Amino acid sequence: MADTDNKEKSNLQPSRRSFLNTIWAALGILAALELIFMVFTYLGRKKPGAQKEQSERLIDAGIIDKYPVGSVTANIMGKFYLCRMEDGGFIALSSKCTHLGCTVPWDDKGKRFICPCHGSSFDISGAVISSPAPRPLDMYPVHIENNTIIVDTGKLLKRNEFLKTQLVYTKKVSK
Amino acid sequence: MNKSLILHFRPKMVDARALRFSMTFGLGGMALVLVFILFFTGLLLKFYYLPFPEKAHDSILYIRNSVLFGAFIRNIHFWSANFLIVITFLHFLRVFFTSAFHQPRGVNWIIGLGLLIIVLSFNFTGYLLPWDQLSFWAVTICTGMLEYIPLTGKWLQSMTRGGLEVGAPTLSIFFAAHTALLPGAMIILLPFHFWRVRKAGGIALSEIIDGDKEKYRVKAIPYLLLREVVTALVLIALILILSIIFDAPTGDKANPGLSPNPSKAPWYFMGFQEILLHIHPFFAVCIIPVIILIFLLVLPFIKYVSNSKGVWFISGRGKKSAFFSFILALVLSIIVVITDEFIPDFSAMLPGIPMLVSNGLIPCFIMALAFAIFYFLLNKIYRPDRNENVQAVFVFIFSVFITFMITGIWFRGSSMKLVWPWLLAG
Repeated sequence: MADTDNKEKSNLQPSRRSFLNTIWAALGILAALELIFMVFTYLGRKKPGAQKEQSERLIDAGIIDKYPVGSVTANIMGKFYLCRMEDGGFIALSSKCTHLGCTVPWDDKGKRFICPCHGSSFDISGAVISSPAPRPLDMYPVHIENNTIIVDTGKLLKRNEFLKTQLVYTKKVSK
Repeated sequence: MNKSLILHFRPKMVDARALRFSMTFGLGGMALVLVFILFFTGLLLKFYYLPFPEKAHDSILYIRNSVLFGAFIRNIHFWSANFLIVITFLHFLRVFFTSAFHQPRGVNWIIGLGLLIIVLSFNFTGYLLPWDQLSFWAVTICTGMLEYIPLTGKWLQSMTRGGLEVGAPTLSIFFAAHTALLPGAMIILLPFHFWRVRKAGGIALSEIIDGDKEKYRVKAIPYLLLREVVTALVLIALILILSIIFDAPTGDKANPGLSPNPSKAPWYFMGFQEILLHIHPFFAVCIIPVIILIFLLVLPFIKYVSNSKGVWFISGRGKKSAFFSFILALVLSIIVVITDEFIPDFSAMLPGIPMLVSNGLIPCFIMALAFAIFYFLLNKIYRPDRNENVQAVFVFIFSVFITFMITGIWFRGSSMKLVWPWLLAG
């Protein structure tokens, strides 16, 4: 048959046909890669609403006097907790557990956040008291202007440990 | 004409030994019946279901309360889906324990693993669709696990969620996967799976040493067909009875601001959630599953010393060593669950060391040590050959996994603390 003849020939020296076949195969692979790239780019598109507007991101949490020392207040709109430490410092904690993303409620009796999903617990500063959570609760930047607290919920800050510098104070530190 | 149609799917003559119920328990056939029921009821549900967060839960309530036979159709879909997982897993165990994954069935074993993953994905994507508290938080937890996969984790998570959190895009992605992508994949892989069975000459049976093979041959119609139809009818009857008596659960509408206590993954993923309680997530969702998957993928390509095809548990020694592995795995995993409940974890005992080491590497090292001791004892006591050794390791791994799964489903209550099952309800 002609086919086997061709094969025998191509074993001896690369024919024009085998060269063209290689080109075809390469073009085919290239086309497939383009298709895969296009599909994934299409699926990975930014969904509407993923990026919040500036006015939605900045949440006015009211004046500082609303928050007594050692208190934890849930902010429903921004899905965060505004915590005021014993020394008067503020921190805004994300309500999502750093383990798998469940919403952690504040237990006022035990003075800790307890995750209902896997039992991780965090203290008032967000630091891990018991695992499996691998790091402290994430936080949002807090700004205090004219005794009013503003939380930027557009910027989630991850951290590996709790540091004093993460707390925000008013200009005049009350003693 | 009917006869010739059936003979397109079945050989004309089959080995009589393949027809014995205790050879296969009809599990593959049952799985196929369930797939048909699921396609059909799923199609009916699709006429009413709306994949939007504001409407999904209401449309489920509408199907349940206002559509004639709506609750019944949904119950059949629910029960068939849960049965399919159990039956597929049992089918997987049957194939393993009768050495039916040995060559030339290696490729089909891998196709089968693919189908197992498809069945799990089907169930998982379907789990979110009712958009109640149970499904919302189960999916939050499970997609949260993806974050710990190195390099691609973040990307995978945002691809499955369609954003940073579970929300409207997640629901539409899961709906598309559940009703188009996965059915398509299944329609391609299932016939491939069946064709490979035919290609290998039917199901795996022990070799006939003396006498001629023809002696065992019987006609597929009626002998095989009759058995298949009976199995299918009994299964369908069972599903219908369950669907009449027990309703598929419908919880409260999903509330992203409130995690119910406890929040659990779907029951078939509870083994993973239980591992997550004990070990750093990087090991629980990445290292351990990858090791198990590689183990399953290389199984057919190991060189086996004896031909144990079609023989349950290989041999007498195989049975004993498998039972030994099962008991040891059961005891060890119960010890792990109980000690972890009552002693402080390693991260609390060793502050200052990164959690990846204290909660990840150290427990993994202990696990590897326990496995080494198990392997040493196994070989000391039973002196198994390679077939039996592989079987014992398989039994060990899956006994741990199933013990963890049962602990997670029935022994974990509020804040995932250990409780007795009878105190769990309510």
